[in-house]
Amino acid sequence: MSGFFNSSIGRKYAMALSAFFLMIFIVQHFAINILSVFSPDAFNEISHFMGTNPLVQFGLQPILLFGVVFHFVMGFILEIRNRNARAVKYAQYNGAANSTWMSRNMIWSGGFILIFLVIHFIDFWFPEINTKFIQGDMSGLLADGEGYRYYEELTHKFAPLWRVALYCVGFIFLSLHLLHGFSSAFQSVGANNKYTRGLKGFGKAYAIIIPLGFIFIALFHHFNH
Amino acid sequence: MNLTLKIWRQNGSQDKGKMVDYQVSDISENMSFLEMMDVLNEQIINEGGEPVAFDHDCREGICGMCSMHINGEPHGPDKGITTCQLHMRSFKDGDTITIEPFRAKAFPVIKDLMVDRSSFERIQQAGGYISVNTSGNTQDANSIPIDKHAADMAMDSATCIGCGACVASCKNASAMLFVGAKVSQYALLPQGQVEAVDRVKNMVAQMDLEGFGNCTNTGACEVECPKGISLENIARLNSEFFKANVKG
Repeated sequence: MSGFFNSSIGRKYAMALSAFFLMIFIVQHFAINILSVFSPDAFNEISHFMGTNPLVQFGLQPILLFGVVFHFVMGFILEIRNRNARAVKYAQYNGAANSTWMSRNMIWSGGFILIFLVIHFIDFWFPEINTKFIQGDMSGLLADGEGYRYYEELTHKFAPLWRVALYCVGFIFLSLHLLHGFSSAFQSVGANNKYTRGLKGFGKAYAIIIPLGFIFIALFHHFNH
Repeated sequence: MNLTLKIWRQNGSQDKGKMVDYQVSDISENMSFLEMMDVLNEQIINEGGEPVAFDHDCREGICGMCSMHINGEPHGPDKGITTCQLHMRSFKDGDTITIEPFRAKAFPVIKDLMVDRSSFERIQQAGGYISVNTSGNTQDANSIPIDKHAADMAMDSATCIGCGACVASCKNASAMLFVGAKVSQYALLPQGQVEAVDRVKNMVAQMDLEGFGNCTNTGACEVECPKGISLENIARLNSEFFKANVKG
């Protein structure tokens, strides 16, 4: 199978498989974050569990990081190879006549998502790693020891309007990426059949509802705290 | 109608090439696009110039030779047709029409609007066939029962004329619709099963060797294909290639 992943189609499969993994992760991330709107206690409990469970931290988290890095690196490699496949560009190229803007600009939406992810990691992931694994505080408690810190940190982060606006833009790019990426991943693994039309509809709903939900969470915490 | 034509002129594969403007007048809307090109060439020859080289053969949408990229689309603005089936009624008096060759590293320009599409032939030679004993004892194909639905789908795939519009329209210059169609026409039939593993592996290997880009499922190829070859063929190519690699 090593030859498979060195082929053009094998790389498509690899991109699609990492995309499936990331799309499942996004649902899980959203499911936890939306709890912060309805129940701060439940959000704190699940955040503490996810943040301290060894299987999540040392099993699933490295896989997730690998999946994210792999998807971006492979995406950029494929983009460079694809650009090289047409040495002389067209003087006039009417892409809008035969394809969607989203499908033609996955590299740009993906690039903006990467920028967003770097900011997101600086905001949440790096401080979390610092607290737990550098400072060694695995308690998850606030400085005064009165309850968990996760909900407080979340609402504190979404207080500045500039950060909320930045996150909203990031989620819009995520939506644009998913509007093509969801159904494209299924096509890449050879799934194009009688269920495709329904799958495309589901994919569009997914690509709109999930990022919109994240935007709602950011706005909710900004305007309620 | 009077038109301004912006045409890619390139004197051989080593020449850098450039866009050159031409004016044509009194073009009938009933002319085909290639007839309009004939009028232009006659005009150029009468003025002592070098006529524009372009591919054409049957001029009835069957052979797949005509290969122009017109106003940003392969075979022009109308869908489901080749350039020879495009008529001047699709344009307006005073229009400027940009005409370029199909652009892909695997389709090097021979001259002006003519490109070398022999990379498609090499992909076909790598596995786009079934081996049949023709020593005189050839079995009648109709003796093998074939599901009508499968036969129809195989026929749909087999209508690919290898014109290269899929490559030309794809932002990645990918040939996967062509290869998908050529793999599918056999993958859907019992006669194609014997050599299925080697066929798809060899054709994909040759496709990659030729320098075509990778499909990102934009669907441009399906829209621009003059024969309506669907994206299902690419999905089938992907799954056939995966199955072939699992089998070894």
